[in-house]
Amino acid sequence: MTSILTNLFDGVAYGMLLFVLACGLAVTLGLMNFVNLAHGAFAMAGGYICAVLVNGQGWPFFAALPFAFIGSGLIGAAFERGLYRHLYTRSHLDQVLFSIGLVFMSVAAVDYFMGSSRVFINLPSALEGQFDAFGVGIGRYRLMIIVICGLLTALLQLILAKTRFGSRLRAAVDDPRAASGLGINVPQVFAFTFAFGCGLAGLGGALSAEVLGLDPYFPLKFMIYFLIVVTVGGSSSITGPFLASLLLGIGDVAGKYYVPKMGPFVIYTIMIVILIWRPNGLFGRTAAR
Amino acid sequence: MATSSDVGRIARAHASWHWSEIAFWCLALACGFAFPSRYLIMTDIVRLGLFALSLDLILGYAGIVSLGHAAFFGIGAYSAGLLALHGVITEPVLALLVAGLAATVIGFLTSFLVIRGVDLTRLMVTLGIALLLEALAERYSDITGGTDGLQGIVMAPVLGLFEFDIFGRTGFFYALIVLFLLFLIARRVVHSPFGLSLRAIKNNPLRAAAIGVPVNRRLIAVYTLASFYAGIAGALFTQTTQLASLDVFSFERSADLMLVLVIGGTGYLYGGLIGAVVFRMLQEFFSTITPEYWQFWIGLVLVVIVLVGRARLHRWVLLVPNWISRQLSGRKAAVAIPESEA
Repeated sequence: MTSILTNLFDGVAYGMLLFVLACGLAVTLGLMNFVNLAHGAFAMAGGYICAVLVNGQGWPFFAALPFAFIGSGLIGAAFERGLYRHLYTRSHLDQVLFSIGLVFMSVAAVDYFMGSSRVFINLPSALEGQFDAFGVGIGRYRLMIIVICGLLTALLQLILAKTRFGSRLRAAVDDPRAASGLGINVPQVFAFTFAFGCGLAGLGGALSAEVLGLDPYFPLKFMIYFLIVVTVGGSSSITGPFLASLLLGIGDVAGKYYVPKMGPFVIYTIMIVILIWRPNGLFGRTAAR
Repeated sequence: MATSSDVGRIARAHASWHWSEIAFWCLALACGFAFPSRYLIMTDIVRLGLFALSLDLILGYAGIVSLGHAAFFGIGAYSAGLLALHGVITEPVLALLVAGLAATVIGFLTSFLVIRGVDLTRLMVTLGIALLLEALAERYSDITGGTDGLQGIVMAPVLGLFEFDIFGRTGFFYALIVLFLLFLIARRVVHSPFGLSLRAIKNNPLRAAAIGVPVNRRLIAVYTLASFYAGIAGALFTQTTQLASLDVFSFERSADLMLVLVIGGTGYLYGGLIGAVVFRMLQEFFSTITPEYWQFWIGLVLVVIVLVGRARLHRWVLLVPNWISRQLSGRKAAVAIPESEA
């Protein structure tokens, strides 16, 4: 019984992490209809920024996290303005090729500068080990992940629903033409959202170094997971990807624990079945563009 | 407006052999005699060319974007390996056909999943199928050999006559002949009314359906055919390298394949073959400069190709050959630029 709860807890932590990693992609892929397979590269950038700051410069872990966010966000903004912007109207094949090229480049570049072995970020001792709550083993680090990611999710929901920027984004996504007719600077809104999503991915990358492992192959290894979150979750709201991430996280942890021999088999099968059953995702509708 | 007899005449003119095509195949054959020390890499190019030809059938002619074409390559590779390893069918040509058919069956079954949905769903489903097969191959490692791969494959002589030699001479000519035969079939297929209907579907599925083309059935047919080709390519891989390991299913293989096809250009069959030559040369070139980081430069090539624009790039590349062929024969260039990109 307790092992079920512990697994559930780990699964929720994993799922929340996946959500923070992938919610930027939910906007680019789900809403702007840009097939960006290189999303993981921005997450990896955040992870490595955090690793360099903490391990190399001796910064405290929590001080480095915001910089992982800002660093990846800036990189994302630069790429959006410099490269991605020109490809919004191209075919999906072009977008796929372009982003695969970026993934290859990022893998080799990180390998060149940082080495090919897995990187560990030095954690403060307060985050290590686990404690028992009502007989359930709770890892401190995972608890922190749940708290941070939970807060971020609530914040995102608030921004989308309550702020002026949120309503602009929703308008731009629903009907870019009408939105620009109303004086909303649609490209700017998309650029900012793209950069913000990359920043979140970077933060997720920094947080996930301990759980998922951080090495140059990160963008390739987890690409399919990000894609699953977005395609299965759909893109009508933030809730869809969030629920999909939780399902994926819990399913993956439980699958690895109870049927370790089947490995990722279960996840892929479920994904294909869901996509066949509902091509626009479980909670989705078609993208506006 | 072209009358129907005009359409037939133009289609037949396109289907007739151009002298530059004959020159291309003569050149390929000549390479087999000119570079006896390079059989291994040339065999590799031929295999890759066949694999890219397979992707061209669905991407260039039917417009299906697949990120998991390695699935069928892997099925073919493991089928050929298992057939040879357990001595079920030792004769390579027969084993090649059986392995191809195994991939065809999987291709036919999965085609129903692939034709549903839009581009993005197709991407995910094809990718998912390849990953699924990779996970399965890893799971049943008692059959597939797991991460070590199938070991100790010994190939019988081709047709009982030609022994596989250590220099790869037999392997090269065997692969080249297989490629040529399959190319002939593919050429016949894409110039048939069936091939023309595929182009119609690619350009506009709705309009194709409106003029009476059974869109889904055509897509299933071409997807199945392409999986046969990919299976054959995989089987050739196992037979000529005597190796089959988990990486036959890997995502990198599917991604590299896209690059091969994009370098050569989609939709005129030779794109995959030319792309295979250029890609391998590039890979060799980059890995002599930077043995560990060649992937970076390959990625850069991909990004630049997309940013410059594939159609424009191919116009530049084909500028000189087309000009020469216009001057010499005064007729339409053989390697025409595909009218619209996928």
